[in-house]
Amino acid sequence: MAEDRVRAVQLLTPEGQRVSHPDYDITLSDSELRGLYRDMVVVRRIDTEATALQRQGELGLWAPCLGQEAAQVGSARAMAPNDFAFPTFREHGVTWCRGIAPLEILALFRGVTNGGWDPQVNKCGPYSIVIGAQVLHGVGYAMGIQFDGAEDVAVTYFGDGAMAQGDVNEAFVFAASFSAPVVFFCQNNQWAISQPRDRQSNVQIYERAAGFGFPGVQVDGNDILAVMAVTKVALERARTGNGPTLIEAYTYRMGAHTTSDDPTRYRLAGELETWRLRDPIERLKVYLARQGIADRSFFDQIEQEGEELAEHIRDGVRAMVPPRPESMFDDVYAEPHARIDEQRSEMLEYLSSFQDSVG
Amino acid sequence: MSELTMVKAINAGLRKAMERDPKVILFGQDIGRLGGVFRVTDGLQKDFGEHRVMDAPLAESGIIGTAVGLAMRGYRPVLEIQFDGFVYPGFDQIVSQVAKFHRRMAGSIVMPITIRIPYGGGIGAVEHHSESPEAYFAHTAGLRVLTPADPQAAFLTIQQAIACNDPVIYFEPKRRYWDKGEVDESLAALDLSAVADPWRARVVHTGSDVTVACYGPMVRTCLEAAEASTDISLEVVDMQSISPLDLETLASSVERTSRLVVVHEASKSGGVGAEIAARISEKCFYSLEAPVIRVTGFDVPYPASRLEEYFLPDLDRVIEAAEQVMRY
Repeated sequence: MAEDRVRAVQLLTPEGQRVSHPDYDITLSDSELRGLYRDMVVVRRIDTEATALQRQGELGLWAPCLGQEAAQVGSARAMAPNDFAFPTFREHGVTWCRGIAPLEILALFRGVTNGGWDPQVNKCGPYSIVIGAQVLHGVGYAMGIQFDGAEDVAVTYFGDGAMAQGDVNEAFVFAASFSAPVVFFCQNNQWAISQPRDRQSNVQIYERAAGFGFPGVQVDGNDILAVMAVTKVALERARTGNGPTLIEAYTYRMGAHTTSDDPTRYRLAGELETWRLRDPIERLKVYLARQGIADRSFFDQIEQEGEELAEHIRDGVRAMVPPRPESMFDDVYAEPHARIDEQRSEMLEYLSSFQDSVG
Repeated sequence: MSELTMVKAINAGLRKAMERDPKVILFGQDIGRLGGVFRVTDGLQKDFGEHRVMDAPLAESGIIGTAVGLAMRGYRPVLEIQFDGFVYPGFDQIVSQVAKFHRRMAGSIVMPITIRIPYGGGIGAVEHHSESPEAYFAHTAGLRVLTPADPQAAFLTIQQAIACNDPVIYFEPKRRYWDKGEVDESLAALDLSAVADPWRARVVHTGSDVTVACYGPMVRTCLEAAEASTDISLEVVDMQSISPLDLETLASSVERTSRLVVVHEASKSGGVGAEIAARISEKCFYSLEAPVIRVTGFDVPYPASRLEEYFLPDLDRVIEAAEQVMRY
């Protein structure tokens, strides 16, 4: 890995030391800082609980966000309520901050729905599973904001792997062409399933923005203060009509790609240990404690809150039943459709023939 | 003979193809060290090197578009698309380039590209991981479309697809990946075209009342239906080649049974079953005692996994369709 070319903005070292940066800074109240800590702890607790539920067979799959909490929470908490997030399937920290109930997310991975929340309510799009597709959607939404003369911003999330997709590169072209109010938030978690970042690209991800004609900035993705500071600047830039920014949050996928993946086949354990020392939650905790912003009772209370949420999730997931079979015909079209109605009737008739034979 | 899963059978077939022809190269996401998300290419990079088993950047259009250039340079690329629902970013390259290049150049260039796509449902997966998009490709002139039903067929047809000078979309029924079956690996030493014609349908279960045409993942389902069906005798025909369709083998079966049920996982409207039904109606009009009935997925986006059992044709729906055609 070309570590020598990493130019990540940092405001909080892995040891929890507050440092300054010539271009970026952030001032947060004590309660805001405690709030960020709470968000990250809770998101991690949701994540570990979901992984456990998958292992128990309650979920079909889970895509862990372990290790990426600062990147996700820091960027999402920088957004204004009317800004709009376009997440991938790993953005559990983002959806948490946008107010999507964790059970909505778990329903998706349990296989009882393919989405379902109203994006307009929380200003948060569906989880995108097709790599990079949502990045164009974010640009289009931003163009709409611009046409409306509004001051909102679209934030589209994607990973290092998505940087190869045509859709993502086309999104950059369109955003630059329209000077659209969009922030491209790339979490470089170093691995596109089994492919390391340096095999995907010869340059750092943030450097690629220059070729498209807008700024790129690399931030320590495990430093929530730096992530928030950098995102706020990019949001402000977009909001004031100055166009897109590419943010590369330099982080690490501590878990598997998904619960179906076995990372021991392609990466070394030592790498994981290196990144464990850069844990995003631990460094904020050290900072809060040292500054006297939070004490043991606060940390215990947050942990307790996480446990309660985990229990709520466990019970909620186990109580989720599959929807009615004929619901698969709902919402395929917004207007009446004769063939759909016909097939729904056929299915119901067929299913009732079993009830007759049993009864 | 050895007993292999379909995954291992395709792996063995790929190995034979690579040993036979040094121009055969494998290209796809995570197919190297990881061995592919289904482990179909497990161990091949270790044995053949990074220049013959290559991990691609995460871009399907890139994988397929560069394969066109590699084919022009004399290579025989075998591509892996990770899941059915991820092929669409590469669809333009497949339909407008891979399929048409040979014709465009008046035959002076061949496109011996094999595009392997794990397809179909039944594994409890999230969205985009359970689709059956074969009709899009069968509709495109210039492409051949193959799908194996068992490990032996997979071992042979993957090699035949690779040896074919036309582009082949090779659909692997992912829920049958772990089914085991006897595989005669010694067949690979023979002239493969003499062993079995991959473009011919196979009668995999003989019967007298109703012909059931199917392919890929539905072959096992239909065989189970044939075993379970006591009152009606089902003849199961594994089409294997979706393009071109072997209508002769199918018609000769229908002429004996006078009834046809077509089964596939893909949605009904505009599906491969519609093509088969129309063709057999033309060819066997005077033999048919009943209309051709299709048992398929519904015309809806593939549902969330907890509903997929209601979407996928199963043994009961196949038998019910057989009963239906018998009532005429």
